[in-house]
Amino acid sequence: MEPAASPAAAPAPRDRARSSGDLERCATGIEGLDNILEGGIPRGNMVLVAGSVGTGKTTLCLEFLVRGAEHDERSLFVSVTESSEKLVQNLSTFDFFKPELVEKGSLVFVDLPVIYRKLGLEREELTTEDVDILLRTLSGLVRSLGVRRLVLDSLTSLCYRIRRDEQIRDFLLRLGSDLSDAGCTSLLVSEIGPQAGRYSTRGVEEAIVDGVILLWNNRRMGDILRVLQIVKMRGTAHSRTQYVIELTPIGLLMAPHLKGARGSEGGE
Amino acid sequence: MPPIDIGDRLRALPLGSAVALKLDPREYADHYFAVLNATLRGVGAESANHTVYVAVTNPASFVWSLAQALDVTPDQISFVDAISHLMMNYSNPLENATYVESPRALEEIMLRVEYLLRRYPHPRTTVVIDSVNSLAIHNPPELLSEFFHILLNNLKSRQVLTLVLETTDEEAAAIDQMLNLVVDETIDVARAGR
Repeated sequence: MEPAASPAAAPAPRDRARSSGDLERCATGIEGLDNILEGGIPRGNMVLVAGSVGTGKTTLCLEFLVRGAEHDERSLFVSVTESSEKLVQNLSTFDFFKPELVEKGSLVFVDLPVIYRKLGLEREELTTEDVDILLRTLSGLVRSLGVRRLVLDSLTSLCYRIRRDEQIRDFLLRLGSDLSDAGCTSLLVSEIGPQAGRYSTRGVEEAIVDGVILLWNNRRMGDILRVLQIVKMRGTAHSRTQYVIELTPIGLLMAPHLKGARGSEGGE
Repeated sequence: MPPIDIGDRLRALPLGSAVALKLDPREYADHYFAVLNATLRGVGAESANHTVYVAVTNPASFVWSLAQALDVTPDQISFVDAISHLMMNYSNPLENATYVESPRALEEIMLRVEYLLRRYPHPRTTVVIDSVNSLAIHNPPELLSEFFHILLNNLKSRQVLTLVLETTDEEAAAIDQMLNLVVDETIDVARAGR
């Protein structure tokens, strides 16, 4: 369970920036997560949020954006598969979401298929030139809108159309560099199988990103618990403990994953 | 020494205390109602308190019906129900309850308590865990010890009064030992005045 704090006393993300070390922090606004990240993700980091289906990846990312938007950090959600309309509809079931954030442009949703169409990138496999165009478009969007938080959901779907590993590596290196220069902290969703043994489909992505947040379903005596663990976060002496998460109407809550003396049963 | 009223004893406790309340199984109904009365009408209503009731022995709907008989209003109590799902008795959920699918999901119980504490912030909150024996039916002792250690320490740091109901019997020695490590005080309801 998270350390003591009432909602009224919970520090705003901005208040906790630069709370630890020399790096400026981008507080996620998810209290439990910020606690295990020494106050937040180092500003400008590109982080992989990896997990199998139903583990809470998209919800975590959406809360990260909403919490930023409500503290005047323009936040951009780039959706590869799900329509923005449906995402906003899902978000409205959470108490922490305020529709006016979308209305006033603090929280922006972009459907990548629409961008593909506009750029004429509708072929099944993206060429190196196509990837370059896409990269420049995304970076341009971030700069022109002054985006401080970005979510790409999902990197896996995007990478289905980038066939060669070296193209993915190049795309991520350049995207990470552009976003970092713009002071934009990003979460890239990675869909992995329950027994993947790695954090992305191709295995290239986790080596390039600054951080990996892993989510999975853990079975204990027949029940499934959603578990979160920070695997990697450059610039942070982060916790490496496992936490059970709960997606509640007031946001994501975290509690230590109990193990008992004999340890819990294996994962998915 | 004359018996002490349970309500008085609970009110006299410092903020953040954790208390085991021992109920005699031979007089369970009497003892249980005395504890409920002391908690909801004594500590609860008089101090403008809010009670988060973790229902594992009986469903929240059952406890709520008793609470209503004590003139408790929905804003004074909320429930974490960890038994109704298991009993397939989930057709009419209470508005002031949140439901955990299994009493084995101990972390989820912790998280729902956390959720209700945030949802209903009060200067004085009491968390009632009913009961350690019911949790012990579904969970191995090592896991349960870890659960109580984390939950009670967290609630203590938040100045929340925690009451853990315990039915005493010969087989409950291990439970007794475990609770002794994490609670500040034990009240034997059989010996206390009601």
